[in-house]
Amino acid sequence: MVSLDNLTVSYRQHPALHHVTGQFVRGSLTAVVGPNGAGKSTLLKSIMALLPVAGGRLTWAQPQPRVAYLAQLAEIDRSFPINVQDCVLLGCWPAAGAWGGVGAALKAKVADALQAVGLGDFAHRPLHTLSSGQFQRALFARLLVQDADVILLDEPFNAIDSKTTAALLGIVAHWRQQARTVIAVLHDESQVRQHFPQTLLLARQVVAWGDTAQVLTEPHWQQARAMAEAWDDNAEICSIDQRRLDQHSHGQRTGQEQAA
Amino acid sequence: MSAAGWQITATAYELCIAPFAEFAFMRRAWVAALALSLSAAPLGVLLTLRRMSLLGDALSHAILPGVAVGFMVFGLSLTAMAVGGVVAGMLVAAFAGLVSRSTALKEDASLAAVYLIALALGVVLISRHGTQLDLLHILFGSALSVDTQGLAMVASVASISLLALAAGYRGFVAESFDPVFLSAVSQRKRGPFGGKAWMWQQGFLMLVVLNLVAGFQTLGTLMAVGLMMLPAVSARLWHGALPAQLVNASAQAMLASTLGLLLSYHLDTASGPTIIGCAGALYGLSLLFAPGGWLPRAVRPAHRVA
Repeated sequence: MVSLDNLTVSYRQHPALHHVTGQFVRGSLTAVVGPNGAGKSTLLKSIMALLPVAGGRLTWAQPQPRVAYLAQLAEIDRSFPINVQDCVLLGCWPAAGAWGGVGAALKAKVADALQAVGLGDFAHRPLHTLSSGQFQRALFARLLVQDADVILLDEPFNAIDSKTTAALLGIVAHWRQQARTVIAVLHDESQVRQHFPQTLLLARQVVAWGDTAQVLTEPHWQQARAMAEAWDDNAEICSIDQRRLDQHSHGQRTGQEQAA
Repeated sequence: MSAAGWQITATAYELCIAPFAEFAFMRRAWVAALALSLSAAPLGVLLTLRRMSLLGDALSHAILPGVAVGFMVFGLSLTAMAVGGVVAGMLVAAFAGLVSRSTALKEDASLAAVYLIALALGVVLISRHGTQLDLLHILFGSALSVDTQGLAMVASVASISLLALAAGYRGFVAESFDPVFLSAVSQRKRGPFGGKAWMWQQGFLMLVVLNLVAGFQTLGTLMAVGLMMLPAVSARLWHGALPAQLVNASAQAMLASTLGLLLSYHLDTASGPTIIGCAGALYGLSLLFAPGGWLPRAVRPAHRVA
C-alpha cells in the first residue's frame, strides 16, 4: 500500500528516522512500537507529508489510496465552540471541501458513525462537554466518516479508559475485516500482541519489522533501547549512502552501522 | 404626553439623536464605525479561537511603515496611506507565515520578530518626514475627520471581508479548530511545498490586515485592534456556540461605537479611545454578568442529578 525506501527525516542534522525501508501491505494491521524518541510519530507525520523528508522515498500504491490520520489527542483544543456533529462532519472534507454541500446523506453518515462509536445521543452536545474518552470516540467517528483505505493512528489509546479502548479496538478490528490498512503507534505491548498481527519496532531505524511474535522479543527490545539513547552532538556524517551525501547529511553515531 | 414626558423625550433627543441629525461628520463617523463593527469583531472572535488574540496588535503595528511611506510620497492622501498599510501588513503576515513554515520558528515568534522591525521602520520614517501630530493622528485616528472617500473605503472593506468570511467560513473554522487534520486531508496529494491548508490562515490574516487598515482613519491603527478584540473577548463569555459569539461580538462593537461617539461628542474627548473605552465597559459588564463570567459562577445554582 505504501512502501518506504531508505526514508530519512532529520531535525537539525540529527536523524529522527534513519534509513527506514520496508512496506505496509494492503489490508495489514501494523503496530509501530519503540522507546520514547524512536521516531514513531515522525514516521506517521512523514507518511502524511506533514514533515519534509530529508532523504529516501515514499511510494504509494496506484491508484492513490485515501488516507486518514489521527494525531495525538493533546493537539486539539477541546474548548472550541462547535458541537460533536460539526466536528465529525469535518470527516467529509475530502468529499465536500470548503464549499460543497452537506446534505442529508452526509448527515446520515455522521449519525451512523456516531452510533457506531457509542455517541448516538451526542450529536448536538458542545465539544467541551465531552470527556477525553468521549472526544476520542468522536475523532474515531470522524475517521469512520472519512472512509479511508489507509488509517494512521498516533497513540490512539493514551489516557483512555479500558472500556473505551476495547470499543475503539473493536472498530480497528472491523477496519481490518474491511481490508483497510491500519498503522497505529502504540505503547501497550500486551495490546499489540493481542490485536495487531504485524509490528514495526522502531528506534530511529528499523530494529525489526514483521509478525508481532517474532518482532517483540527481548533481544530486539535491548537493541532498540540502546539505539534510541544514542544521540551524539559530535557524531560523524552518516556513511550509508555517501553518494547521496549532497542531498542529505545527518549525524550518525560511530559504530551504529554494525548494530543495524 | 405630559410636560415631564416631553422634557424627557427632548433631552433624550438632544443627547442621542441631535448630534447625528445635526452634523454630517458625526453621521459619517457613525456609519464607518458600524461598518467596521460588522466585519472586524467576528474576525476578532476567530483570532481568540486560534489563541492569537495578540496577533491583531502585532499586525496593527506592522502596517505603520506602509502608512508612513504612503504619507511621505503622496501627502495626506487616504488612499495612498491605506494602500501602503495594506501592502505592509500583508508583506509582514506573508513573510512571518513563510518563516514559520520553512524554519524552526513558530508563527507567533516569527511574527513578533517581523512586526517589531516594521514598527521601528515606521516610526523612523514618520519621525523623519512628518511632525509629531501626524504620528498621533495615525496611531489614534480621528473618527470625526472621516470624509466620503474614507467612508467608501471602510464600507468596501467591511463588505468584502463579510463576504469573504461567509464564503470561507467552513475553511476558516476548520483550520482554526484542527489545522493538522486540515493539512493532512488537503496536503498529501501535492508536491513538497504542501497543499493549500495554510492558505486559509494566510487568507484570514489578510482579512485582519484589511480591517485594521480600514480602521486606521476612524480609530487609528492602535485603537482599531480594540474594536476587533474587546467585543470578541466579551462575546466568548456569553455563548457556547460560535455563530452566536460572532453575532454578539458585532452587536457589542456597534453598541460601543454608538455610545463612544456620543460620549466623545458630549464630553469633547478623542473619539477612537472613547469608543474603545465603551467596549471596555461592555467587557467589564460581560465579565460580571455573562454566563461565563464571575457572578453566575459565584451564585451556583443547584446541580442536576445527570
